[in-house]
Amino acid sequence: MIELYILLIFMIIGAIIAIEVKDLLSSVVAVGGVGMGLSMVFLILKAPDVAITQLVVEILCLIILIRATLKVDLPFSTTGRWVLNTVITVLFISVFLFFAKTCLKDLPEFGYPLMRIASTYLEQGLMKTGAVNLVSSIILDFRAYDTLGEATILFTAVIGVFTVVRKQGRKELNEKVEEENE
Amino acid sequence: MSREHEQGMSLIVKTITRFTVGLILLYGIYIISHGHVSPGGGFAGGVIIALSIIHLMLAYGKDITFKKVPRKTVSFFESTGAILFLGIALLGFLGGYFFMNVLPKGESFKLFSAGIIPLCNIAISLKVGAGLFGIFLVLVLLKFKVEIKDKNKSG
Repeated sequence: MIELYILLIFMIIGAIIAIEVKDLLSSVVAVGGVGMGLSMVFLILKAPDVAITQLVVEILCLIILIRATLKVDLPFSTTGRWVLNTVITVLFISVFLFFAKTCLKDLPEFGYPLMRIASTYLEQGLMKTGAVNLVSSIILDFRAYDTLGEATILFTAVIGVFTVVRKQGRKELNEKVEEENE
Repeated sequence: MSREHEQGMSLIVKTITRFTVGLILLYGIYIISHGHVSPGGGFAGGVIIALSIIHLMLAYGKDITFKKVPRKTVSFFESTGAILFLGIALLGFLGGYFFMNVLPKGESFKLFSAGIIPLCNIAISLKVGAGLFGIFLVLVLLKFKVEIKDKNKSG
């Protein structure tokens, strides 16, 4: 278990660096380090499916972040009022911790889930679906509705991106200037 | 070769890319087709296929990539994946209910087994690969547009 805690501390430090550092490229690299650490955590917790997905999606996100958004100048908000911000942050964190302490008492213990249906899937999954990889049999057979919804979400996201960044129907630069004059 | 006609990265990167793109694509297809036997599945394999095309685009520039993978193909594959997945779901009505595993289960631990699950994996991988590559494409083209606008402002 000790390597898990080392990876968790590494990820927390990486996240803090990603927030605090001024250079955008260093921040993106720190985010990538956090993602790689998360992938290794999944691997240690014996979830290779999630680890593979996390790894490849992390690589894709890094490429998109570096290639598509890094050259654009983003405004930094480094103005004052940090005393108020810190006080509000600490206040919210303490409120969340207080309610979490009262709520988490009632949760079932680690490894003893509330829903007993998972054991049925584990026992009869191979017989009912014929798939050796039980994760695959659950997401594509027992829980296929969820996968259909997820595919719909991705489809909607792609259509949304295509619509926002489209070429047709977009106003020219001169038209925008005229609008601003009015 | 003059500087203006040169797109993409240096000769070393291009040569290495020529060797590795096919391997990455094959690995993605392996992950998809063995999704019901070994870890992986449609989503991860689709992202790996999208990464191989993105690799080609980063190394060779967008013109050669568009020659190999036109934008029409991307939207065609994404729509095909979505319709294929929904069609497999509707196929379940032959046996009784939505998403029923109507095909024969076959023998476990073999490639051709588990009924509709490999077909679902293929449909999802088509959708995810084409969709994520499309998002990357659009965001990169947006970057070019921002640069052109900046040039207009300064000039």
